[in-house]
Amino acid sequence: MKPPPFSYHDPSSVGEVISLLGSLENPKLLAGGQSLMPMLNMRYVMPDHVIDLNKVDGLSYINDEGGAISIGGMTRQRDLEYSDVIKAKCPLMHDALLQVGHRQTRNRGTIGGSLSHLDPAAELPAVCAAHDAVIVVQGPNGERDIPFADFPVAYMTPATEMDELLIGVKIQAWAEGHGYAFVEFARRHGDFAITSAAALLEVGSDGGITRASLTVGGVGAAPVRMNEIEQALIGQFGDEEKLRELCEACREIDALGDVYASSEYRQHLATVLSRRALVKAYDRATGKA
Amino acid sequence: MGETRKISLSVNGKTYEEEVEVRFTLADFLRQQPGLTGTHLGCEHGVCGACTILLNGRSARSCLMLAVQVDGQEITTIEGIAPSEDEMHPLQEAFRDNHGLQCGFCTPGMLTTLIEFLGDNPDPTEQEVREAISGNLCRCTGYQGIVAAALDAAQRLREAKGA
Repeated sequence: MKPPPFSYHDPSSVGEVISLLGSLENPKLLAGGQSLMPMLNMRYVMPDHVIDLNKVDGLSYINDEGGAISIGGMTRQRDLEYSDVIKAKCPLMHDALLQVGHRQTRNRGTIGGSLSHLDPAAELPAVCAAHDAVIVVQGPNGERDIPFADFPVAYMTPATEMDELLIGVKIQAWAEGHGYAFVEFARRHGDFAITSAAALLEVGSDGGITRASLTVGGVGAAPVRMNEIEQALIGQFGDEEKLRELCEACREIDALGDVYASSEYRQHLATVLSRRALVKAYDRATGKA
Repeated sequence: MGETRKISLSVNGKTYEEEVEVRFTLADFLRQQPGLTGTHLGCEHGVCGACTILLNGRSARSCLMLAVQVDGQEITTIEGIAPSEDEMHPLQEAFRDNHGLQCGFCTPGMLTTLIEFLGDNPDPTEQEVREAISGNLCRCTGYQGIVAAALDAAQRLREAKGA
């Protein structure tokens, strides 16, 4: 198992990356390498050119912009995991990152790489779906924003054009003290989840839910937002039986099935994990956890 | 031979200047050019953790990096963790005393992973140790001894620091 022969490019600016993407035949972008490198070693991909993004300036940052956070595409998962800004403003991402691979892979893996690879079971795309993140890409005609809902166009296929580079992610923070939880089921710690659920809740002073976001990962070709459940949650008081009843809607998701897990099993996991995520998020929002 | 590049890097404090094929992984480079065969290759696709090295002090899988990417950077391999020729690292001592290795194949990755982990978390719980080595597979399934060694090493390192 060795990577096939390719030409190696290590540009230092976004502009150079975009001009290389526009001029080279069959290129592949190398971010943290935690997905592309195994694919190269096993020769699942055979690019003629590898464009390494690790020397590109200005793509690694976590900016606190008050109500929003702006993250550079080449920001390492480890830097996000240890960031006080992320812990304070986007605790769902912190919760999720602890379940992303292992320390050794988080030291290299990047948010932009994870979003561009777009594995249906990956944690960071599910967090972006839950938060209605905006993906910022740059191409020959400048920057454009892609709402996360429009970002996955097919199985493991983002809306980024061939001559565009994902340069950043913008996430709106929820109200201070909001509830959050990222729960997943995997056979071993650090494996890709078979199914995951991400919940965000804002709860009023009377204990009633005022805002809700529920996302299921690993079930569809991309993370699925459970809009009906979200609407039905408004005004609820976190009663576990009621949440259990609402989460039954997850059994209707059009679910992937493979040799590891049937579609019925994934629907079942989605139902159970959604309830667990909502209960945990509600408890956190109300100071019980 | 495909496209090559000249790289300069520090491995265990020694500087190497080498011509390397751009498609070479860091793991293959370390084993074949400086001849540091202590870094083991199990799966070669990022699952087993045997090839874990320290890149600028942070653990990373050397099968998931290209050698050209480490130009100008500092690598520590298993050969570089002992303080001197006739003295072992406290982690190595603890592994020996707690039967933390049988065949030894996973050991280099276990040690490099744990060096970083114990730096970040000097007083871990058993559960935290198990999570820290969850990306390192031991096919002798000697995990009990490895976990015991890691906890013992944590204590030795704390005592050495005078904590």
